[in-house]
Amino acid sequence: MEKIIVIGNGMVGYKFCEKLRAKADKNKFEITVFGEEPHAAYDRVHLSEYFTNPSVSHLEMAPRSWYEENDINLISGEMINAIDRNNKTVTSHKGTQLPYDKLILATGSSAFVPPIKGVEKEGVFVYRTIEDLDAIIEYSKKTKKAAVMGGGLLGLEAAKAMMDLKQETHVIEFAPRLMPRQLDNAGSDALLTKMQELGIKLHLNKNTRNIAGEGQMTGMEFADDSNLDVEMLVISAGIKPRDELATQCGLAVGQRGGIVVNDLLQTDDTDIFAIGECALHKNFIYGLVAPGYEMADVVVNQLIGGEEKSFKSYDMSTKLKLIGVDVASFGNALCENEDHKPIVFEDKHTGIYKRINISEDGKRLLGGILVGEAEAYNMLLQVTLNGMALPPNPEDLILGSRGGEETKMELPDSAQVCSCENVTKGDICQAVIDNELEDIEQVKTCTKAGTGCGACNPIVKDIFNEQLAKMGKTVKNVICEHFDYSRQEILDIIKIKKIQDYNQLLNDHGTGDGCETCRPLVASLLASTWNEMILDKGKDSLQDTNDKYLANIQKGGSYSVVPRIPGGEITPDKLIVIGQVAKKYDLYTKVTGGQRIDLFGAQIHQLPDIWEELINAGFESGHAYGKSLRTVKSCVGSTWCRYGLHDSVSFSIEVEERYRGLRSPHKLKGGVSGCRRECAEAQSKDFGIIATEEGWNLYVCGNGGSNPQHAQLLAGDIDSETCLKYIDRFLMFYIKTAEPLNRTATWLNKLDGGLDYLIDVVVNDSLGIAADLEKEMEFMVDTYKCEWKEVVNNPELRKRFTHFVNTEIPDPTMKFEDMRGQKKPVEWGA
Amino acid sequence: MTEVTAEYKTVKSEEVKVWHKAASVDAFPTDGGAAIEYKGLQVAIFNFSRRGEWYASQNLCPHKKQMILSRGMLGSEGQEPKVACPFHKKTFSLKTGVNLNGSECDLATYPVKVEEGYVYVGFSQ
Repeated sequence: MEKIIVIGNGMVGYKFCEKLRAKADKNKFEITVFGEEPHAAYDRVHLSEYFTNPSVSHLEMAPRSWYEENDINLISGEMINAIDRNNKTVTSHKGTQLPYDKLILATGSSAFVPPIKGVEKEGVFVYRTIEDLDAIIEYSKKTKKAAVMGGGLLGLEAAKAMMDLKQETHVIEFAPRLMPRQLDNAGSDALLTKMQELGIKLHLNKNTRNIAGEGQMTGMEFADDSNLDVEMLVISAGIKPRDELATQCGLAVGQRGGIVVNDLLQTDDTDIFAIGECALHKNFIYGLVAPGYEMADVVVNQLIGGEEKSFKSYDMSTKLKLIGVDVASFGNALCENEDHKPIVFEDKHTGIYKRINISEDGKRLLGGILVGEAEAYNMLLQVTLNGMALPPNPEDLILGSRGGEETKMELPDSAQVCSCENVTKGDICQAVIDNELEDIEQVKTCTKAGTGCGACNPIVKDIFNEQLAKMGKTVKNVICEHFDYSRQEILDIIKIKKIQDYNQLLNDHGTGDGCETCRPLVASLLASTWNEMILDKGKDSLQDTNDKYLANIQKGGSYSVVPRIPGGEITPDKLIVIGQVAKKYDLYTKVTGGQRIDLFGAQIHQLPDIWEELINAGFESGHAYGKSLRTVKSCVGSTWCRYGLHDSVSFSIEVEERYRGLRSPHKLKGGVSGCRRECAEAQSKDFGIIATEEGWNLYVCGNGGSNPQHAQLLAGDIDSETCLKYIDRFLMFYIKTAEPLNRTATWLNKLDGGLDYLIDVVVNDSLGIAADLEKEMEFMVDTYKCEWKEVVNNPELRKRFTHFVNTEIPDPTMKFEDMRGQKKPVEWGA
Repeated sequence: MTEVTAEYKTVKSEEVKVWHKAASVDAFPTDGGAAIEYKGLQVAIFNFSRRGEWYASQNLCPHKKQMILSRGMLGSEGQEPKVACPFHKKTFSLKTGVNLNGSECDLATYPVKVEEGYVYVGFSQ
């Protein structure tokens, strides 16, 4: 077995291990990795997320168990300080000595600290490792003003972190512009304006001469004799390759640092490779992760004896979101030494700057810069990298086509779409064909495209959709084999043709005899269009079992009963009735998360009797069984609470009673909080209302469940009437356009234009449908009837509630046992 | 469990010795089902009125051993009539009892006939 030692457990060192294990038999290579940090490799690109989510595991490239599962010996917290090339061994600072056959130096870089007087003072930090971040977070607890030295990529990331730490934030840059390697002056100006709007103070052309203070730093002094009072300084002025080990064992290093490597990433010693930020290739240090991954690939390829592959100079294009501002730079962005014709678009009002560099002959795109809006980045990058011919009006590439056909360019198969994982368009198309992939998540799992920085996700999706279309597969979301339509199209058909019956719809617009997917879906659409009793006129055959018996089926085949308790408010008398009913029918009782009481263990024949008693006591159906409004949760509000601004209970009752029984693509939940303390957790609901001094804030599209998502503000400081009007429109719009079983959060995530578009439709009535939506909701509200009341009073419907039709006996196989003084069903199949 | 499922054996029409008079036609909802009890067996009878067909199978879903299939939803997969279990949407052919979307055991099926407004199920004993 060949012994491989990797020195450095950063992103590139990790990627090397991943690739080697993926491409070679486990038994061929023994892998040992040394990392001097205590943590396993983590994602340094997203390091600034640590300030808002300080968990290391969230950033880890892979958990420790991954190394074990892959037989990789990971030794963390141990630094190699000597390489013996003659005996081919490495020695750590703890004295561990191990032999190697091949040695991989992936030592990365450290922060470059300029030789300025006073950098050793307390309060001066670098921005590189989790330990650095922990120290910064700790120190920031006693400071209010912080500066970042360096206005490059990493410096601006650090500035965002300072903002997150609630510091008055200053950025000091030596050059006359921000991101001097990626942006020109106008691009820098656009970014500068945006940064200033966010409250970041920028100081360009500043040469720091001294860091002032006794022991602790108190300020900075500049060469132009100006100064700045700050209590903390984060230095992010570039990187310094970690090449000290190479120097120690006599390998060549560059004049300004970096381990010299050839195109195969070999150092002077052919058994020692250097990859990532410590490697100096053709006098260039690559400070991005994608070229580092490519280097790892080149070395892995040699170790396994693959086809000859060498490292070529790598595209340094980059796109990122800096403090909420999109910034991208691609190809030859500045074109300082290349003849070119620039096309520039600048909108100082919105802070958008775009520049593309066209070759002298007007045929090729050389590179460009995007600030403020970078949607076109992927497309422009591909046009540049693949030397694709430009359209007749190249300005359309950044301005969008004005009238006529949209400018759309067909990428060649060789186009590298995902640079982190080096996936081409051809790889994606082939994977779709070979593995019959049917959704975008499968594409990502299979090809790894889009799993790195994620910037290429939109283009991966486009390629996937195009490929499906080419294969004759519809990208359309048809609901099942019986209807060649989407949910929305079926709703349109039902409305336009005034269809009230499933069989008619299936005969006229579908094939076959339906199924468990389309039947409940059509039932829901019929209900949210005509609002007829869901068990009438043969509609019972369309309902899922819960809707069919107006109760929730539970293990063992018994049902649960949930009466509506609007806003969670209930009188002692009604509580007593629930208790009496539960006792009489021996039901297990539990308080739900939606502030009501669930009664479990009812047998099917008992349901109408139970409901008769509940209805006589003034209860009505809680629709816990339906894809419909569940509850509108409330806090106690201003009537009792000393902090309450408005009466949240009254409003939540009004809202719950307005939308009770409303059938929708999925369940709906609401909440009303009487102040911003938010005790009703309204922001985790499909619609949440929170009292403000002036009125209510309305939030929409939140949910708990498996993928929790906070609701987002739809409208602020509105009165109760406006609030109901907006919810009417919002819910109806959702009901009309969502895919089956998509909750509002998922629906919004898929909605083209997102929240802004939703606000436009609901608040600004951009589609001119608000009045119709309100009218349709009004119809629903006016025609609401309690389903259980109808069943209880209808002997024909009551007859359906029986286990056998040829005998009165209940299901003899249903069994319960005792738990904490109540009953529970026996386990599945017991 | 095994003894519960073992009781249910498919009866072919030529094997029928007893035609059990189950219930009147109107006890079975259109495009739906209902259960009957016969000598300790629970049998689900389906009135697939859309196709003008009647079917019967064991009421027990083999997946989680629940007496529930009579409350399942009817439909078709290609030409094959099927029922979907309300619990986890396992679907079974009404003609052969085969699990169409998984590898559960087959359902036992029984012949059904309708005479003078009554539904009869065929048993071998």
